[in-house]
Amino acid sequence: MGIEGVGARVARKEDKRFITGGGRYVDDMVVPGMKHAVFVRSPHAHAQIKKIDVKKAQAMPGVVGVLTGKELKADGIGNLICGWMIHSKDGTPMKMGAWSPLAVDKVRYVGDAVVIVVADTKGQARDAAEAVEITYKELKAVVDATKAIQPGAPQIHGEAENNLIFDWELGDAKATDAAIKSAAHVTRMKIVNNRLVPNAMEPRAALGHYDKAEDHYTCWTTSQNPHLARLVMSAFYNVAPENKLRVIAPDVGGGFGSKIYIYPEEIVCLWASKKTGVPVKWVADRTESFLSDAHGRDHVSTVEMAFDKDNRITGLKVDTIANLGAYMSLFSSCVPTYLYATLLSGQYDIPAIHANVRTVYTNTAPVDAYRGAGRPEATYVLERMMETAARELGVSPAELRRRNFITSFPHQTPVIMNYDAGDYNTSLDAAMKAADYAGFTKRRADAAKQGKLRGIGMSCYIEACGLAPSAAVGSLGAGVGLWESAEVRVNAVGTIEVLTGSHSHGQGHETTFAQLVTQRFGVPIDSVSIVHGDTDKVQMGMGTYGSRSGAVGMSAIAKALDKVEAKAKKIAAHLLEADEGDIVIENGEVKVAGTDKSLPWLQVALASYTAHNLPAGMEPGLKETAFYDPSNFTFPAGCYICEVEIDPETGLTEIVQFVAADDFGNIINPMIVEGQVHGGIAQGVGQALLEGAYYDGNGQLLTASYMDYTMPRAADLPSFKISTSNTPCPGNPLGIKGCGEAGAIGSPPAVINAITDALGVVDIAMPASPATVWAAIRATKH
Amino acid sequence: MSDVSLTVNGKRVSGSTEDRTLLVHFLREHLGLTGTHVGCDTSQCGACVVHVDGRAVKSCTMLAVQASGSTIVTIEGLANGAELHPVQAAFKEHHGLQCGFCTPGMIMAATDMIAHHPEGLDEATVRAELDGNICRCTGYHNIVKAILAASQAMSKGSKGRAKQAA
Repeated sequence: MGIEGVGARVARKEDKRFITGGGRYVDDMVVPGMKHAVFVRSPHAHAQIKKIDVKKAQAMPGVVGVLTGKELKADGIGNLICGWMIHSKDGTPMKMGAWSPLAVDKVRYVGDAVVIVVADTKGQARDAAEAVEITYKELKAVVDATKAIQPGAPQIHGEAENNLIFDWELGDAKATDAAIKSAAHVTRMKIVNNRLVPNAMEPRAALGHYDKAEDHYTCWTTSQNPHLARLVMSAFYNVAPENKLRVIAPDVGGGFGSKIYIYPEEIVCLWASKKTGVPVKWVADRTESFLSDAHGRDHVSTVEMAFDKDNRITGLKVDTIANLGAYMSLFSSCVPTYLYATLLSGQYDIPAIHANVRTVYTNTAPVDAYRGAGRPEATYVLERMMETAARELGVSPAELRRRNFITSFPHQTPVIMNYDAGDYNTSLDAAMKAADYAGFTKRRADAAKQGKLRGIGMSCYIEACGLAPSAAVGSLGAGVGLWESAEVRVNAVGTIEVLTGSHSHGQGHETTFAQLVTQRFGVPIDSVSIVHGDTDKVQMGMGTYGSRSGAVGMSAIAKALDKVEAKAKKIAAHLLEADEGDIVIENGEVKVAGTDKSLPWLQVALASYTAHNLPAGMEPGLKETAFYDPSNFTFPAGCYICEVEIDPETGLTEIVQFVAADDFGNIINPMIVEGQVHGGIAQGVGQALLEGAYYDGNGQLLTASYMDYTMPRAADLPSFKISTSNTPCPGNPLGIKGCGEAGAIGSPPAVINAITDALGVVDIAMPASPATVWAAIRATKH
Repeated sequence: MSDVSLTVNGKRVSGSTEDRTLLVHFLREHLGLTGTHVGCDTSQCGACVVHVDGRAVKSCTMLAVQASGSTIVTIEGLANGAELHPVQAAFKEHHGLQCGFCTPGMIMAATDMIAHHPEGLDEATVRAELDGNICRCTGYHNIVKAILAASQAMSKGSKGRAKQAA
């Protein structure tokens, strides 16, 4: 592998700028003449806008412009859209309510943007925003999806009767009902997946700059996919044609899904820049992020799992209500459908599955993909069910899982997915060994002597990554293809630039992608640069989400490298008067195999550009482009084991050990992969123990700062014991499955299974805060 | 408006700013030191930690005028020229950062933590004392590892220097 090639723990190339304060985030950007924007947001969850008076605000010191939705509409700026069409089971299309970037006649959640104020300083903009007078007529609000679909609930969009967006199903209802009817045992549960706020540490930001002389727009934005932002802003929001709009996503401080979507603020900043004649920068404060970033999860499910007399699963029936908030965010519709119900087979051979999903408008922030996106919800349903079933059936949780594991591949599930490869026993064995599962009984007894309640829980997850075969997702309603592009430019001196449509916001692409190039040509990693995040530099790409940048983004790079390698070999064969088939590239040398004839890499590169002596008919240059469209999803899988110790006096849960055994296929940089798992587990443990977004009955977000929403801190977590087993993915040239979301997918049920084991209860709500656990302990005593 | 004069990363600087300007905004907007970040506005996340007269301070909790006359070190001033500070080097070596947004505050807080524990650090102490800094990417695993490694490297270094001096 070499010290810098595939498989090496190469320290990250990008780190130097981050550890020395040299990172360049949107808020660090300064453009001459730049002014600052503040949005006036709705303080009500549901209200009609009766009147907007901006006169006082316009007269405030430093104010450059105060603009409303009416003016935005008059300029032809379009409504925000959801880009994935889902049809209800009766064949009707989803009911997409209008979402104006600035609300015009109605507001539908606390935080809905209504007016933009632009001023010389942020302080002045804030002061002027206070002076904007908006008269509202308050309406009744509803925040709970199960209540919002009841008759008589407040109606949020005229288009969606009873706030129902769609009523969708997947699988065979009849076969599943029959399986449940004839089962030897049926486990039944109501399972709630709590609402979360993604909380990337860098708040969202946008800087819009309209250049009048060129009639051209530039947008710096905190985006995971700048090309998609440009496409959507151009094609749907009428901001500008694509050739007149440059989108730059520079260093981005975490995303976790929340920065996939195109939000009102970047659209409005671009439009306001033209309107006011100055560059306009907006940076969210943290409470604004809580109010207006897309939230995650928020499912309520009723589940039945049927077993035969040998404890084999014969059927699974799931009825889910998913809260999508006040508007349909860009990918909101696919999260509780094709990213959720398609994973309900988990690691198990289940002959019959039926899922029914109703999605619902409420007066809350829009809900969309958050790390894992549908797959954590599916895993939580399945792995809580498996745990409860094992207890009811009186078998060990490991044994019940083993009995039902899929062991031969490819495996077609009843819910679309065709698993290509996997080895679930190996990850289960590895996790149980690492956790010393066999020694738990003694540890539990020792803890009891200290007055502590100790519990252990496992979770065997599968996810579908490598999003995604374009034709397949197109047939399921996606508005875009999910391929990736790459361009490999070998410079005349042999250094290499790789331009990728993937976007790195913490994932370490600048290192991992460079390792791939180093491996191929043997050039030092410092001579390879990765360019991303700028639509003027990089050709069309699809960005980073769904653990796709390795499996799809790097596969595109590998394809482009194939082409570069082939051309370099042709040139070398010509120069060395050898057969093309005898040329090998190793350690920065282009050699004729079995001889001492060779050329340094840089000489081949230089020859391609001097073009003095190229094979007849060959174009000069050494630069190739590739688009890679995956043939299937990839299926990372693994087993997580969590062991907890609970203080019954305080309800405080301590995670005494957390083990992860993942199968990610081939790995380029193990150090970076481990980092992804650590971070994912922390977010999953956060969901299970600490995090929850709560609205009161009037739609006010009660958890809108870090003083109210509990983010995991260092002392809340242990060091993790993690390992990988690598069953290569047969579906892509690198054998990569993806690792970005696994931790967040696999960990919540492991934690809750451990806590319910410790307490001897069937269920406990997430987050299992000390108060919740303490109450559960008290309830079992009385 | 108030006049503020400070020593920042070894240089004397002064300026006039609104009374309400926070130290973090003065550093970022007046001095262009954008390595110090704002992550939460409520002094919870620690992305804005700098050293004020040798102590780690959340620069979003302090007005620029309050800091007037102080000596400040930001992430940009931590390295000794081209030579990284041991904490910076350890964060890189142990993959203690991902998106990099919390990193400057983490490194400044860790430097202060190590200075206050000349006896050395253990994992529990590092986790407890990181209470004021939030990271959303790393799960803290590698941050803790990096701080422990830096603490060890620095104590070896100072013992080495002490020996040389003797």
